[in-house]
Parts: sequence; C-alpha cells; structure tokens
Amino acid sequence: MKTREQIISWLYVTPLLLVLIPFFVVPILAVLAASFMSSDGFGGMLPDPTLANYVGLLTSPLTFNLYVETVKYTVLTWFFSLIIGFWVAYFLVFHVRNPLLAIGLFLVCTVPFWTSNIIRMISWIPLLGKEGLINTALINAGLIREPLEFLLFSTFSVVVAYVHQLTIFMIVPIFSAMARIDKRLIEAALDSGASRFDVMRHIVVPLSKNGIALGSIFIVSIVMGDFYVVKVMSGGGSASVVGAFYEDIGVLQYPPAAASAVLLTIIVTLMIILILRTVDVRRELTR
Amino acid sequence: MSANATADHGAPPSRRSRAVAPRSGGRPWTYYALLATFVFYVAALYGPMICIYILSFQDIRGGLVFPMKGVSLHWFVDLFTQVRTGDVKGSFDRSFKLAVLVTVITVVVSFLAGLAFRRQFRGDTVVFYLMIGSLVAPGLVLGIGTGLMFTFLGIEAHWYTSAVGAQLSWTLPFGVLVMFAVMSRLNRAWEEAAYDLGAARWQTIRHVIIPILAPGIVAVALFGFTLSYDEFARTLQTAGSLNTLPLEIWSMTLNVTSPSLYALGTVTTVVSFLVIAACLGAIATMQRRRAGGARPH
Repeated sequence: MKTREQIISWLYVTPLLLVLIPFFVVPILAVLAASFMSSDGFGGMLPDPTLANYVGLLTSPLTFNLYVETVKYTVLTWFFSLIIGFWVAYFLVFHVRNPLLAIGLFLVCTVPFWTSNIIRMISWIPLLGKEGLINTALINAGLIREPLEFLLFSTFSVVVAYVHQLTIFMIVPIFSAMARIDKRLIEAALDSGASRFDVMRHIVVPLSKNGIALGSIFIVSIVMGDFYVVKVMSGGGSASVVGAFYEDIGVLQYPPAAASAVLLTIIVTLMIILILRTVDVRRELTR
Repeated sequence: MSANATADHGAPPSRRSRAVAPRSGGRPWTYYALLATFVFYVAALYGPMICIYILSFQDIRGGLVFPMKGVSLHWFVDLFTQVRTGDVKGSFDRSFKLAVLVTVITVVVSFLAGLAFRRQFRGDTVVFYLMIGSLVAPGLVLGIGTGLMFTFLGIEAHWYTSAVGAQLSWTLPFGVLVMFAVMSRLNRAWEEAAYDLGAARWQTIRHVIIPILAPGIVAVALFGFTLSYDEFARTLQTAGSLNTLPLEIWSMTLNVTSPSLYALGTVTTVVSFLVIAACLGAIATMQRRRAGGARPH
C-alpha cells in the first residue's frame, strides 16, 4: 500500500494509542513493577527487587482455594448464560418472523446492559431473601414450611446475579452470528431431507461458534476479574481472587496485591488464548 | 433432487422463515418452548429491577423486602437531605460530567480509529489486540495500575484526570467495536463519488461520511455515556478523594440498610433510561427521515 495511506491510517489511530498506552499498557507495567517491590508497612514501596510476593502467593494454600472458588463461579455462569443466551438468540433470529419485532425484542434484552450493574445486583435481594418474594410465595402456596436458605447469600445467588448481568454478552454475538446465516442454506438442508436436529447440529451450531467464543471471552474475563458480586451476593461467605487482593489494597499492601493481580492477569490471558484457538475473533468483529 | 425442489416450490410463497417450522406451516412445539424461555428471561431481567423501584416508594416504616409499607417519597427526600447516606448530589454531578467528557472523547477517538481500520495498515493487528486486551483486562487490576502510575509519577489522582483515562480504557474498545459494525455498512462508492467531484478528504468526512453514519455515531455515544456513568471497578482506585455515583452506591450497599438505597437505584436508572430513550429516539428519527426520503435542505 502507498506510504501516504499508511501514514493517514496511523494518524487516525494515534488518538486511540494515546489512550491505550498510558491507561492500559503502562498501568499493567506499573502493576508488574510493584509486584517485585517490597512493602515498607506504611503504604509505601521499597524499590529493591524481590520475589517474596510471588513466593508468598504461590506457597499459600489460600491462593489455590480462591482460584477454585472463582473458577467455579466462572464455569457455572458461563454454562447458564450460554444456554439461555443461545436459545434467546435462536428464538429471535429463527422464530420471530417480523424483522422489526425481532430488533425490538433484541433491544428489550439490551436495555438493562446500559443501566447500573450494582443496582441490578442488589435488586435480587428483595426477591431472594429469607422474607423475600420467592420464599413468601412458596410458603403461601403451601409448598414449603421453612424459608429456603440457599436462595440468598449463597453460590446460587452469586450465579443468579452474574447470569442476570452477563447473559447479554452471549446474546449479542450469538445473535449477530446467527443473523448472518443464509436462510437458504437451512432451506436446502431441509429440502435434502435433514431433520431439524441435523440442521441445528450441522449448520446453526457450527456457524454460531464464533459468536459463542466471543461471548465466552467476555464472560470468562468479567467473572474472573470481578469481586463485588461475590462480596455482596455471597453475604461475605465466599471470596474471590480479586476480592482477596482488594483487601490487601485496603490495608495499603500494594506489592502482594500486585503479585496476585499479575498472576490473575496471566491466568485470564491463558484462558482467553485457549478460547481464541477455536475461532478467528478479529474476522468476526471487523466483518 | 430437482424433483424434490419443484415439489417444494409448489408451496405458498409466504414461508420465507419456514426454515425451522415444519412443512405443514404451523408453529413447531419448539417455538412455544423457546417463547417460554424468552418470556422467562425478560421477566427475570426486568422483574427484580421493577421490585426495587416499587419498594423505593415506601414511607418511613419501609424495609428492604415486600410487603410495601405505605406509599410516599420519603426515601427520595432522605437520599438528598441526609448526611449519613453520603454526598449523593455531588457524586451524581461528578458522574454526569465525567460521562459527558468520556462520551465526547469516545465518539471522536473511535470514529477516527474506525476510519483507520477500514483498510489494512502495518501494525493494525497489534493495535487491535491492544484494544481487546484493554477490554478484557480485569477492571480492578487496571484501576490499581493506573493508581500506581499516578503515585509513581507523583501526580494526585482525580475523577477528572485518572478516572477519565481509566474509564476510556473500557469505553473506547466498546466504541471502536460498535464503530466497526457501523462502518461495515458504509458503501465506499459514496466516498469515491465525493472524491471524483473534487471533495477534499476532510470535506468527504464532514459532508458524506458523518451524515451517513450519524445513527451509528449516536449508538457509540450511548455506549460511551452509559458505560462511563455506571463504571465501577476501574474507577474505584482512580477517582481520587471524591466519589462518583457508582462508588457512592457501592459504599451504600455496604452501609445503608434502608430503602434509600433503592431510591438511589430508581433515580440512577431513570437517568439511564432517559439517556437510552433519547439516543434510540434520535436513531429512529434519523432512520425514518431517511426512509421517507425527506432531505432537510
């Protein structure tokens, strides 16, 4: 390509880099640097390189337990949001016959994404609580005598809050992948005698794969990097990786927190690379 | 094969979406199962939010759960007058200004980046993955990093400096991705026509590309505003000494156990809904004007 065009493209992309370098690249490097320092006990950091933070982190049995807990939430959230997201997108693309109505219903699904996550999370409390709507309804219906304890401040409520917040990240990419499936392909398959199950297995799922992968990246990275949903919805009964190092920050122990943040970033990156191996995300996004 | 096709083409032409329906033309049972799934999803999506809006209108005896105890605006008044609930007015003010600032930067920067990514350039993959990295990096990690960077540089963190940058690391990748989707529908022939008629590059952008993309640009603004207005994890360590609204809500979830928390939820969601409605309304108006072929000049 002509040099002139190259230069113009770079000029267009310069403002983006002027944000990403100081507010993404440098902060990651700052965390990396802090993870090798030692704390002076008063919130300051001593710049003598040490591996003590990593040794402490990797030899603590707590670290392993935190990751088990966080991965558990990630897998559960991923599973349920995938199931719900896939079928909602499928319904909108293949079952709603009026395209304008389909877009309207799609917008109905997306509007809450543009509102506060914290508010949406706490809005489950009046429903799931011991005296909440669900328990009251079940008791009044005579189905249970004692309120169900597992509804709030439990793994259940944490996963409910995550799925509530994040299913949209599955719906949007799967919807857009499915909307691009040529309907004639499905017609042809049916005309050639394929069952609807065959169509699902050999056409819809393979062609939605990129959307599923994209949604999975969002869900894995958000749940792995979250702390406030676990903190509030588990009622303090459960911890998360980020929640643990946020506590360190609270007592100004920056270096061990930074080491933990670096480890988390590496693990999340590896998980994303694993997902990326299955699809070409760039083609999916720029197409 | 051809016999099959002919036989099928005898059916009425109104079966464009027959794809998943059985050949008889009626709805398959899966339709009803999926309709039920969809209705359940939407009910679960909005139901809890509606509950807290209702509960925020209780009177002074109100608690955190149903049944409703009276009807009044007590908790809204409480929210803006009580000291113990914190500085709601100030944080709302800051969040709004911050969101406007972030929106403007997001729109301009993602528009330019969108133009750049329309053709390949050397290093585009690196820029692309930097952006994806910024999007998926754990929010609090970036927040801590930005806070540390300001500490190392000896600059004090403020909501209008460090928090702006931290939020942009989240809103910009979204903005650029939405811009990709918007620009993929831009027909190059229109620009070529403008160049052929002697328009300069900036004139083409100003008089051809921006008017055509206007609805998409509003959509990017919607993302910029709402994502900034509700941003929490990245702002937590970068806002400095004064809270933004989500930080205020966060400290209230930990301390306040009265319906004023719900009242704040209602207020902030109403603001979000107004912004969403304004943006979607603007997009719909522009589309309709185009479909009608009415030129405003």
